[in-house]
Amino acid sequence: MATVPAPQTLTHLQRLEAESIHILREVVAEAERPVMLYSVGKDSAVMLHLARKAFYPAPPPFPLLHVDTTWKFRDMYALRDRMAAESGMELLVHRNPDAEARGINPFDHGGLHTDMWKTEGLRQALDKYGFDAAFGGARRDEEKSRAKERVFSFRTATHRWDPKTQRPELWRLYNACKAKGESMRVFPISNWTELDIWQYIQAEAIPIVPLYFAAPRPTVERDGMLLMVDDDRFRLRPGEVPIDRSIRFRTLGCYPLTGAVESEATTLPQVIQEMLLTTTSERQGRAIDHDQSGSMEKKKQEGYF
Amino acid sequence: MTDTAYRAPDLVASDIDSYLDQHAHKSLLRFITCGSVDDGKSTLIGRLLYDSKMIFEDQLAALEADSKRVGTQGQDIDFALLVDGLAAEREQGITIDVAYRFFSTDRRKFIVADTPGHEQYTRNMVTGASTADLAVILVDARKGILTQTRRHSYLAHLIGIRKLVLAVNKMDLIGYDRVKYEDIVGEYREFASTIGIDDFVPIPISGFKGDNIASRSDHTPWFTGPTLMEHLETVPLDVTADQARPFRMPVQWVARPDLDFRGFSGMIAAGRIAPGDPVRILPSGRTTTVARIVTHGGDLPLAVAGQSAMLTLADEVDCSRGDVIVRADVPAEVADQFEATILWMADEEMLPGRGYWLKLATQTVSAQLQAPKYQVNVNTMAHLPARTLGLNAIGVANLSTDRPVVFEPYAAPDGTISRDLGGFILVDKITNATVAAGLIHFALRRAANVHWQAIDVTREAHAAQKNQRARLLWFTGLSGAGKSTIANLVEKRLLALGHHSFLLDGDNVRHGLNRDLGFTDADRVENIRRVGEVARLMTDAGLIVLTAFISPFRAERDMVRAMLPPGEFMEVHIDTPLDVAESRDVKGLYAKARAGQLANFTGIDSPYEAPLNPEIRVNTIDMTPEQAAEAIVDHLLIMPA
Repeated sequence: MATVPAPQTLTHLQRLEAESIHILREVVAEAERPVMLYSVGKDSAVMLHLARKAFYPAPPPFPLLHVDTTWKFRDMYALRDRMAAESGMELLVHRNPDAEARGINPFDHGGLHTDMWKTEGLRQALDKYGFDAAFGGARRDEEKSRAKERVFSFRTATHRWDPKTQRPELWRLYNACKAKGESMRVFPISNWTELDIWQYIQAEAIPIVPLYFAAPRPTVERDGMLLMVDDDRFRLRPGEVPIDRSIRFRTLGCYPLTGAVESEATTLPQVIQEMLLTTTSERQGRAIDHDQSGSMEKKKQEGYF
Repeated sequence: MTDTAYRAPDLVASDIDSYLDQHAHKSLLRFITCGSVDDGKSTLIGRLLYDSKMIFEDQLAALEADSKRVGTQGQDIDFALLVDGLAAEREQGITIDVAYRFFSTDRRKFIVADTPGHEQYTRNMVTGASTADLAVILVDARKGILTQTRRHSYLAHLIGIRKLVLAVNKMDLIGYDRVKYEDIVGEYREFASTIGIDDFVPIPISGFKGDNIASRSDHTPWFTGPTLMEHLETVPLDVTADQARPFRMPVQWVARPDLDFRGFSGMIAAGRIAPGDPVRILPSGRTTTVARIVTHGGDLPLAVAGQSAMLTLADEVDCSRGDVIVRADVPAEVADQFEATILWMADEEMLPGRGYWLKLATQTVSAQLQAPKYQVNVNTMAHLPARTLGLNAIGVANLSTDRPVVFEPYAAPDGTISRDLGGFILVDKITNATVAAGLIHFALRRAANVHWQAIDVTREAHAAQKNQRARLLWFTGLSGAGKSTIANLVEKRLLALGHHSFLLDGDNVRHGLNRDLGFTDADRVENIRRVGEVARLMTDAGLIVLTAFISPFRAERDMVRAMLPPGEFMEVHIDTPLDVAESRDVKGLYAKARAGQLANFTGIDSPYEAPLNPEIRVNTIDMTPEQAAEAIVDHLLIMPA
């Protein structure tokens, strides 16, 4: 044997990347019809980037699915279309036709808006195309019930999650066997933390929605949240006048439901710095998790991602 | 409250770039906490998160409110509420599933799996343990070593965790009594040695009060060891050990973006690989060399264990999902029968003899378990006789697979743990549930012999096993001569005499193997060639093969004769004159041919070349089909052996 070169120590980001790529490939090898749920946020950006690396030089052999609510930020739609074109992947956009017909919106319908556009919309889309495995960008460090979910998370034919019958998931062995009509949600970035996501975006120069960086944007303050007036559908209450503030977003969803933070962070290190110096938890900015403890678990049982 | 909530390290504010660089190079420790229910696992993890300042202000506020509402610690903070995430758990105050938590200190990143203490959720504990480097075994100082302490220690060791901490918890409730602590440590040491654990680090702690977690306790001045956090931050991790082992990469998926590229992707389980390295594809055993290590960012000069790679090979060898690419001169083992430790994880007990899917690395095969050799009593380590294994039972059993499996022993005698190629799961074929985990000990010698000596099973051995000589009886003659009728009778007679035979005729060949062929001369030649090849394989298998085809051309019949060893090809000419065959015209084909509706019909507008020296000639005018068959069988059986 020739001289043995010194061992290479992999960084934890390299290990996380390898683990995620392994998961992505397992699903493609075992599922009949996989799809990647693409929400255009930073976690989706990382997941899509990992998929492109996993199957290179082939394009990822599955489509992207955007379950649209029609109320996302305009910048999100722009990046979505750009990334689909760049990756050479098919982009499927699903809008719940019932929600569309009934004009469901975040101003008039509160929780129903999320239920119909997202939870029901996702179920419709998965059924419509017959997807049997859907990649999602959830992380275990986000929320307590996610901390307990498997990487390969089994769903009944009615898309329900039963936390009490989760399959044992040993080593890197994932059991993808399922009956007709049943499906899997698969979370390739389960073990990434928010800081890992940001550091990887920086290391790999992954394109993200500009809204993550501070810029002067028209905002109103409402119910303790700073909301951005992204288009003229935003219904101003009497006396409300949009004011330009230097803001950015820690998470992105429907623009009338997503709270901004005032910020001067215009670069990734500044964003990370601000995040690390913040003393409240990440998802504070999204109205959906506010109602009560255990709400995410309930939503997941019903089929929310 | 705010001084205990999350606070970023000072470097974040003063020099974020340095902080990020430092953070990127921290090592990662994955560990589990385990032990009996109520030993304080969730509380300990909550405390670790709290002491490493990972709890945000708002979470802390919610925690304080929840603690008063549903907590079990009176007005104090119930740290367990931080980690018990599922609603059912919070209501019952128990942990039913493994929860993964993430935290980091200035020195290390941590992923901790909080595993359930209840015996009924052992499978979830094993899930958490399977990816851990270290286990913290918790013991309630008031109760000492319990069944679950032993059980979890045994499982942690079994699954390959070699770094153990014995955290004697709730020291505050025994007044920090040193003697009681040392009794527990002594009792544990005695037990541990019986299951092969020769090293562990004992620490007296209180998760509730925070003693010896992040800071040294004033209550235990007699304790000179590390605090739990110190130990977790400094325990050596041999992260490059896997790279020193021979190269192994289970193939996950083959990339074929175009006709010129075939990339074999997989996570490298062991060793390292560089372009030019000779490799072997298992189980086939073919060898080639690695051409490129392809990545999105350009080719790599080297890839190591733990990386997900995409390799191209120098030669066009068969290689697909389930195969394992290994170092050419140090291949992994291949076998179809094993002894293994089985951890049964389903409510329905194990059914010896039933087929389960066995998943090992990227291989999926059908496997059958034999009845267990014994079940392990986890309290006494005694081997108990058992006919099956029920939920959470651990036993040792033999199993066989329908195809050879590439593997390595899970725990080698030299201490190497091969999780990727030694660990498997069993999946119920009907419910699709994961019913068991298994750890391979070794291949059974019988399987190894059969596999490696496969080449010695000769065609003579196949025939000898059937007490016969392989033969090919080639019936030839005009359409309607009686070939199939007589061949059928011959086969019935052979069967009655206990021989192993098979009849190839137009019916079973034209519809499948040769469905793409017509009746032109070229197609007739190809038809015969294929039938000849199939017949030859069947004689290799030791069978007496009968074929019934017009096979009008001498050259093709001689071609088949040449494929076989001398003496095995027996030409049987069913010699029926054209006018007799045409007058029988069972299928009405002659009439059609005469009417010009059927081209290339043998004897009408296509020639029949009668055999010049057939081994057997049957005159169907003077003999009944039965008499003909009898004569052929007699001739066959008196042939010199």
